[in-house]
Amino acid sequence: MFYRESGDFKKTYQKDSQTFPIKFDRWRYYFVMLVAFVVVPMFLTDYIANAVMIPFLVWAIAALGLNILVGYTGQLSLGTGGFMAVGAYATYKLMTAFPGMDMVSVILLSGLITAVVGALFGLPSLRIKGFYLAVATLAAQFFLVWLLNKVPWFYNYSASGQISAPQREMFGVIITGPHATPVAGYLFCLGFAVGLAWIARNLTRGRLGRSWMAIRDMDIAAEIIGVNPLTAKLSAFAVSSFFVGISGSLFFSVYLGAAEVTEAFGISVSFSVLFMIIIGGLGSIFGSFIGAAFMVLMPVLLKNVLVGAMGWPTDLAAHFEYIIVGGLILIFLIIEPHGLAQMARVLKEKLRLWPFPH
Amino acid sequence: MKFTKLATVALTTLAVSAPVVADLVFPSLSYRTGPYAAGGAPYADGYADYFTLLNERDGGIGGVLTAVPECETGYNTAKGVECYEATKGDGALAYQPLSTGITYQLIPKTMADDIPLMTQGYGRTSGANGKVFSHVFNFPANYWSGASRIINRIMEENGGTISDRNIALVYHNSGYGKEPIPTLKALATKHGFNLTLIPVDHPGQEQKSQWLQIRRERPDNIILYGWGVMNQVALKEAANIRYPMDQMFGIWWSGTENDALEGMGSHGYKAATFHNVGSDYPVYKDIQKFVVDAGLTAGDGSNVGTVLYNRGMYSAMLAAAGAANAQEIHGVKDITSGMMRDGLEALNVTNEFMAAAGMPEFGPEFSVSCSNHGGPGNVGIQQWDGNSREWKLVGGFEAPDMELINALIKADSEAYAAENNITPRDC
Repeated sequence: MFYRESGDFKKTYQKDSQTFPIKFDRWRYYFVMLVAFVVVPMFLTDYIANAVMIPFLVWAIAALGLNILVGYTGQLSLGTGGFMAVGAYATYKLMTAFPGMDMVSVILLSGLITAVVGALFGLPSLRIKGFYLAVATLAAQFFLVWLLNKVPWFYNYSASGQISAPQREMFGVIITGPHATPVAGYLFCLGFAVGLAWIARNLTRGRLGRSWMAIRDMDIAAEIIGVNPLTAKLSAFAVSSFFVGISGSLFFSVYLGAAEVTEAFGISVSFSVLFMIIIGGLGSIFGSFIGAAFMVLMPVLLKNVLVGAMGWPTDLAAHFEYIIVGGLILIFLIIEPHGLAQMARVLKEKLRLWPFPH
Repeated sequence: MKFTKLATVALTTLAVSAPVVADLVFPSLSYRTGPYAAGGAPYADGYADYFTLLNERDGGIGGVLTAVPECETGYNTAKGVECYEATKGDGALAYQPLSTGITYQLIPKTMADDIPLMTQGYGRTSGANGKVFSHVFNFPANYWSGASRIINRIMEENGGTISDRNIALVYHNSGYGKEPIPTLKALATKHGFNLTLIPVDHPGQEQKSQWLQIRRERPDNIILYGWGVMNQVALKEAANIRYPMDQMFGIWWSGTENDALEGMGSHGYKAATFHNVGSDYPVYKDIQKFVVDAGLTAGDGSNVGTVLYNRGMYSAMLAAAGAANAQEIHGVKDITSGMMRDGLEALNVTNEFMAAAGMPEFGPEFSVSCSNHGGPGNVGIQQWDGNSREWKLVGGFEAPDMELINALIKADSEAYAAENNITPRDC
């Protein structure tokens, strides 16, 4: 009944190879876009924007980036926090050095700077693999955080090493700083999230994405059929870091407005993004979003239920949050080891046949 | 995406239904979990208990009941922002996050939302410049006055000259720990001592390499800017290398009962403080009678009278004084956060006032003005007595090198104003 393919004829190759070949899928996608761009902004409060939607979008972009590296190319990375820090500090330096620069350029440039740094730290991936690469990227995490903490130039010699985002406008609407409206910040992040998801989706469907997946599935075989591991791996590191850098940039400028590198971009950030894509689904765009949603929204939801609705003491609720979220992660991974995206895929297969069993 | 939408809908309904129980709301962004809970819990208890006392004994402030909704931050800035957004809509009058990191987040936000931010003995030191930071109140003392007072004390103990001394700063490698560095550098240039910076990363459980360095270099004095578990580990390591405890000085966040070692391990260790020690004050009789005996304590009641409980209570007392002041200035009982700011800016704490509040000579006399939100910066020195297991005041509340500090405050706040396009207020 749902996902009906019969009667949906494609007359051109272009239509045949579109992202959502099934009509129902396509309409559902349009519907989600409509809700995200039109309906959500109408109901956005300060709390929903700053505690729920903006962090969700920012983490979703980070998860997308890491998914390109881990899920599509098979290069395990624990340097996400460090790369986000590079994005954030690049944004800070650009915003303070060039006050006239518009925010889109600032954020894209921060992404590019992070991409360069990421490609640099991706070089060892040509020689080391698997868990050893994870350790090498872990070194990147610690090195970058140490560097940004150590050299005062990165935080403009401020007394405490904190960076804070000055107010910036775009088309007369305030995007960053305390006077930004929740809608402006949300739509700004949403624009980046949708744009980057679109890029990621199309990259992974194209030649580059296929070379990444070839490397992931068997690097020697990939080399034999003519995939250059140098370009494939480094491009994966660069694109992934570009995404992660943009996420760090938005995290600092739109979401928090101020950051301190050891606290905001520590090793726990790297792990949490990695958990997002493992729970959401490795090698899936949708999985990045749903994994980020799970890790960001679950604690907030639980906190509001336990403290707000049930009136528990805050410390007890905070501890139970860990227990419940941890338990849910276990349950989901036991039911479906390939993540929530795989669950959605199975559901889709079932719905295609429903209500007939065969 | 479907799941997201469902969660959002569920959240919206919950966030909207947050109850407003009383009229004067002082949200407490507390942390009773995580590596800093040992410091966060007693402070939050003291803060909440004082407002409970006001409600039970005086019927609130000026006849209006107070409420202290708690929100758990875990000393995490992102959670701190979430807590701020969640509570600010309930008519919050003032915020006290007890975290320098969260303070930095909230400085621009509170300025935009017209809510005062009170940071007693922490936060951004240059917030003392009320011309730039109109909504930050960090009286009566800050990190820089603490650092300067410690250096003055070291000078006193060494006959007025410290040009030949090596002083090491062991600090929490975060915004908090880094705050005193500019002041100490300026003081090092002024007095000619040699400053070594030794950072300890969050959470500070592992300090072997730092103390190896100290063992090798044997600095004449150590200044400790730690928090939570880092303090205990640092003192334990110092005891292990038999570092003379009386040559070691902590900032007030490193000078609590939690930090002192068992037995005589940390006997003689000194720390700066901006308020008096102990629980020998009339206000404690009231707290015992109206709060503890009535079973209304925020925690389990075991923290009453400890250093951090005192500090939380003192901060609450200052906030309440600001609110009462605002009621008087504006002639309204149900004040808004903007009025609260005016009340704090016109605050005048005298010894008579402190005595009337049941805390005679607990804190210094000071008055706040439009340009000075930092107070006099008078800091005392307390020393840990391993025999009686309590802190004792050994150095009076004296003014630090305010000339040097004020110059640094001016420079840092003006840099902030320039970066954020703030026109300093004219006063």
